[in-house]
Amino acid sequence: MTSRRSTTVIAAATLVAAMGASVLLLRGIDRARPQATLDEVLLISSPKFLKRASLGYNGLMADIYWTRAVQYFGREHHADATEYKLLAPLLEITTYLDPKLLVAYEYGGNFLAPPPPGGAGEPERAVHLLEYGIQQNPDEWRLYMSLGHIYFLELKDYAKAESAFERGSRVPNAHPSLAVMAALMAQHTGNLDTARALWTATYQTATDKNIRDNAFEHLIALRVDTDVTRLQAAVDGFRQRTGRIPASLLELAAAEGWLGLPADPDHVPYMLTSDGRVEVRNPDNFPFITMGVPPGYKAPPPRFLHRPDN
Amino acid sequence: MRARVTAIASNTFREAVRDRVLYNLIAFVLLLSAAAVLVGQISIDIEKLVVINLGLTAVSMFGIVIAIFIGIGLVSKEIEKRTLYTVLSRPVRRWEFIVGKFFGLTGTLVVNTVFMAIGVFAALLYVEHKLVQSDGLILVALYFIVLQFVLVCSLALLFSSFSSPLLSAVFTFALFVIGSFAEDLRNFASMTHGLTRWVAVGLAYLVPNFSAFNIISSVAHGQPVAGSLVLHNTAYAVLYSAAVLAGAILVFEYRNLK
Repeated sequence: MTSRRSTTVIAAATLVAAMGASVLLLRGIDRARPQATLDEVLLISSPKFLKRASLGYNGLMADIYWTRAVQYFGREHHADATEYKLLAPLLEITTYLDPKLLVAYEYGGNFLAPPPPGGAGEPERAVHLLEYGIQQNPDEWRLYMSLGHIYFLELKDYAKAESAFERGSRVPNAHPSLAVMAALMAQHTGNLDTARALWTATYQTATDKNIRDNAFEHLIALRVDTDVTRLQAAVDGFRQRTGRIPASLLELAAAEGWLGLPADPDHVPYMLTSDGRVEVRNPDNFPFITMGVPPGYKAPPPRFLHRPDN
Repeated sequence: MRARVTAIASNTFREAVRDRVLYNLIAFVLLLSAAAVLVGQISIDIEKLVVINLGLTAVSMFGIVIAIFIGIGLVSKEIEKRTLYTVLSRPVRRWEFIVGKFFGLTGTLVVNTVFMAIGVFAALLYVEHKLVQSDGLILVALYFIVLQFVLVCSLALLFSSFSSPLLSAVFTFALFVIGSFAEDLRNFASMTHGLTRWVAVGLAYLVPNFSAFNIISSVAHGQPVAGSLVLHNTAYAVLYSAAVLAGAILVFEYRNLK
């Protein structure tokens, strides 16, 4: 082997071996320093500093931070996290860098406000984010929709919800559902029908798939809540009439003249417990339901990203 | 006169091509292709934004780096290789040499930008499957980026006419960074009082205003660009670079080349 060839072979072998070893080493470093990358990013938590440091290329910087926000929420959600501390700062940095990035406000409204595990449980910061978004994009009716949504569902503040929907309804080309929602809020109707109207509007108008999926899961949960409420009323009525609990939902269905057994949205029949409570058989399949669950039941993190049939 | 300037400009362009400057296009294509394919999978609803933001930022960054690193060597390299003496021993005036070098480098960057612009539109077409009318605004952003290059070229040439390549690079880059904060500087200056105010405001206006040329983010959102901004930016770039070139010519004219 000539001197030149041997040098080539040794150099090539060293390159491959050293590169492979460094990759393996990096994996070890990642295991030893979990979350390090994202924590380090947030060492620079000042949006103003980041905007300055981007030398005017803040659009690209915003895209990077937005991607990080999505990745962060997705990763934590997948790991069944119960808190999302970095979601709000990441979204605030993103929207400061690019105030026109509407999807960040909508995403924030949907996943920053709800309590864990479905969201970060920070409705006030979600409101702050959306108010900033409205200030920067006053003609975007979707932002008013998201704001009203938070006031109604998370903060139960119907007056502010009405104000948000009403302001949104005055925006040129606003979706007609905003005016309807404003009217419903004016009646202070914090019931299931109002919630259904709101989620339906969100489902119909959202452009982002995650937000649509989230709305769809809430609509499914509302249907279950409505079914359980109706069935429980029927059970209670049966008990008042006969002085006993129906032996099964089959007996109740026969007494009420129903054509079949009432079933949940997955076509699985509801069940009647021995103490007369109506429950769903698989509550884990309906992460946002508030009725029809066993006593002490703890809901798993919602899996609204994976339902294929909407 | 025009023939001599053109000859120097075309030789500068040929030299840049021989120096494999256009190889940066390969890195650019790889960057945009990766972004176009990957971003849709790891983010939400910003595929088009990323292609425009990343594409135009890369065009701008690559161009500025090329402008600085080629520009700083335009004069000093000729002196170091002693080719400058051959050129100036012919009927070529020193200012013609400077102007020719400037147009040669600017031409290189324009050609580079044209190829990159094709890449940006191709990536956009891949992501969106169609081009819409508002995508035409990208051309305006690209035009502003070229105006940035014109300024950077003139600055690099100015520093190259009297300083070493390393210092020229530092000075040019520093002025680019300071110029990116030009609007902030003017705001800060206006907060001072008395003589300090006049000096600070004067200095703030002397710094090249690069921030006015960056409309990437607004173009990515399809926001219209005022015609008056196009006119003002064009006039500003022409006037400022003419002033800087005049400075470079003055320095070079009186430089002792012995």
